Amino acid sequence: MHMSAQSGQPLNPGSSTGSMEWNPDMIRSIVSDLKAKPGSLLPILHAIQDWIGFIPPDAVPLIAEALQQTRAEVHGVISFYHHFRTTPPGSHVVQVCRAEACQAMGGRALEQHVRQRLAVDYHQTTADREITLEPVYCLGNCACAPSIRVDDSIHGRMTPEKFDRLTEQLTTSTLELK
Amino acid sequence: MTTKIYVPCDTTALSLGADQVAQLIEQQAAEQGGDIEVIRNGSRGLCWLEPLVEVDAGQGRVAYGPVEPHDVAGLVAAGLLEGKSGHDLWLGNIEDHPYLERQQRLTFARIGITDPLSVDDYRAHGGFDGLARAAGMEPQGIVDEVKTSGLRGRGGAAFPTAIKWQTVHDQPWQQQKYIVCNADEGDSGSFADRLVMECDPFMLIEGMAIAGLAVGATQGYIYLRSEYPVAQKMLNEAIARAEAAGYLGGNVCDSGRAFHLEVRLGAGAYICGEETSLLESLEGKRGLVRAKPPLPAIVGLFGQPTVVNNVLSLAAVPFILAQGGEAYANYGLGRSRGTLPVQLAGNIRRGGLIELAFGVSLKALLEDFGGGTATGRPMKAVQVGGPLMAYLPESQWDTPMDYEAFAAIGAGVGHGGVVVFDDSVDMGEQARFAMEFCTVESCGKCTPCRIGSVRGVEVIDRIRAGENREANLGLLEDLCETMVDGSLCAMGGMTPFPVQSVMKHFPDDLAG
Repeated sequence: MHMSAQSGQPLNPGSSTGSMEWNPDMIRSIVSDLKAKPGSLLPILHAIQDWIGFIPPDAVPLIAEALQQTRAEVHGVISFYHHFRTTPPGSHVVQVCRAEACQAMGGRALEQHVRQRLAVDYHQTTADREITLEPVYCLGNCACAPSIRVDDSIHGRMTPEKFDRLTEQLTTSTLELK
Repeated sequence: MTTKIYVPCDTTALSLGADQVAQLIEQQAAEQGGDIEVIRNGSRGLCWLEPLVEVDAGQGRVAYGPVEPHDVAGLVAAGLLEGKSGHDLWLGNIEDHPYLERQQRLTFARIGITDPLSVDDYRAHGGFDGLARAAGMEPQGIVDEVKTSGLRGRGGAAFPTAIKWQTVHDQPWQQQKYIVCNADEGDSGSFADRLVMECDPFMLIEGMAIAGLAVGATQGYIYLRSEYPVAQKMLNEAIARAEAAGYLGGNVCDSGRAFHLEVRLGAGAYICGEETSLLESLEGKRGLVRAKPPLPAIVGLFGQPTVVNNVLSLAAVPFILAQGGEAYANYGLGRSRGTLPVQLAGNIRRGGLIELAFGVSLKALLEDFGGGTATGRPMKAVQVGGPLMAYLPESQWDTPMDYEAFAAIGAGVGHGGVVVFDDSVDMGEQARFAMEFCTVESCGKCTPCRIGSVRGVEVIDRIRAGENREANLGLLEDLCETMVDGSLCAMGGMTPFPVQSVMKHFPDDLAG
């Protein structure tokens, strides 16, 4: 294996959910890079969200025009998929698995703990803008349940105590950077 | 001699600190002046032992597990770098482990053994033999070999793979055709596709290239779920390396024929595991289910003839071409030929991947391999085949794992995921969740699924609150029938199966 530095990164200090700042030229350059691909809309939306952190509603007319689609079509695709978001997330995105294998290992209690600890519900961001909480239906780590995902790292055999330690790490490492 | 130390790099191992374990081992070895090389192998699928560290100091691969970062110092002090016994986590030679020894690994023969991204390692373990053979065959000969194997779609529908291939093969050759791999493994309890992609990605690439040669397709897409970031990185790297080595690209294995491959990322929609919805998504649209006919084999991606196969179906193909269809068909029973990769998950002591010929009983898997629940409490229910399949009570655990036997009890093998629940589970809650999941994931095209699931949650809530219980139970039964008979695809059509199984086998739980 020659790519361990890339795969399953350790907790990434600071913001890892995109730059948040954007301008129309960023959108135009992504679209012109990718629009020759057949069925290019999803790759374009992924690229925008990876770079900026979300898909700004004002980007929709730019994408639509370049792909010769209607704004309604582009909006319809964005809103169909759970992965795409149209508002800026917090510094980190935490996904809690709600599916059956995790339920069988105390996932429901973990969900409740996470919501209480962060004092937000799903699809919301903590008041300090650190963490956006999302549900997820299976991370494929079902033999070591329950699982959560923090940005691109998956964490197995999660417990309320482990989760508390993890959130502390996330928020303190961000503070250090400030 | 350099001691080789293997630390897996798949999602499960990483989720339990494998990167840190690898780092700590290197540090400790450097401090002691030990001559070691750390290799990031794939997982062997013994998930409960992850991170599973293996040490090859000249006497086979001696394993320790589960090794968490805080264990490393103690293990090294106890002689891990020399593969010594004596520590509690010492497991002996991993190849002799009963969990592995009792399996029949055809598809998963290499996982955990090799470096997933090494072309040389892959070739040294029989990799690309199937593609090399296919490159010298007539397309019809390749299809015939798959026909002989009896391979049926491992995604859940169990449709004979060779019939799909034949249909696409028989379409005129002067047009664009596609191979699409369905890697939207959304069923809870399933992780076999992920293991293929993270631990032996060249096998999937090889299977897809063979499919391309067989039907005359020059372009393939792997539609991968966005929940698998590690698999995405591994596949992209493996594709680049396979291309550089001449196994993909303009002249596959010197056959003079082209096959290009690209990973496309889904965006968190369970419905996109349904093949027509997947095709819509690949085309850059909302993942709305298409009506069939026309079949994707005739009018598929961008309106062209398309093979859509699950990861495990395509991953079985290199073995079939290398060893012959007959060799594959020699495993299994009845119309379920070959092996089934079972995934034991949820509340189970020894969860992991078990590849066996069809026909083993569910009970043997749960007990002999699984060793009972993780919590130590009695098992109450088992869901086989994903969120759209029935919950099985103990009386049904003798059922042999094969497509027909499971269908006969109103259940399904699906993608082979097995989720175990102990006796603390409230099955009424599970029934409600089945409906709730459908409200979140329905594509919205047909009414029974879109509206029925919302009404299903409401009716179950009323039953559990004791409101007009008899009448509402009757209503729930009607609603389930309507969804089963009236939905366009399996999402709405099968969501009632877990609900109906709870009504039948766990009625007291449903009453709340």
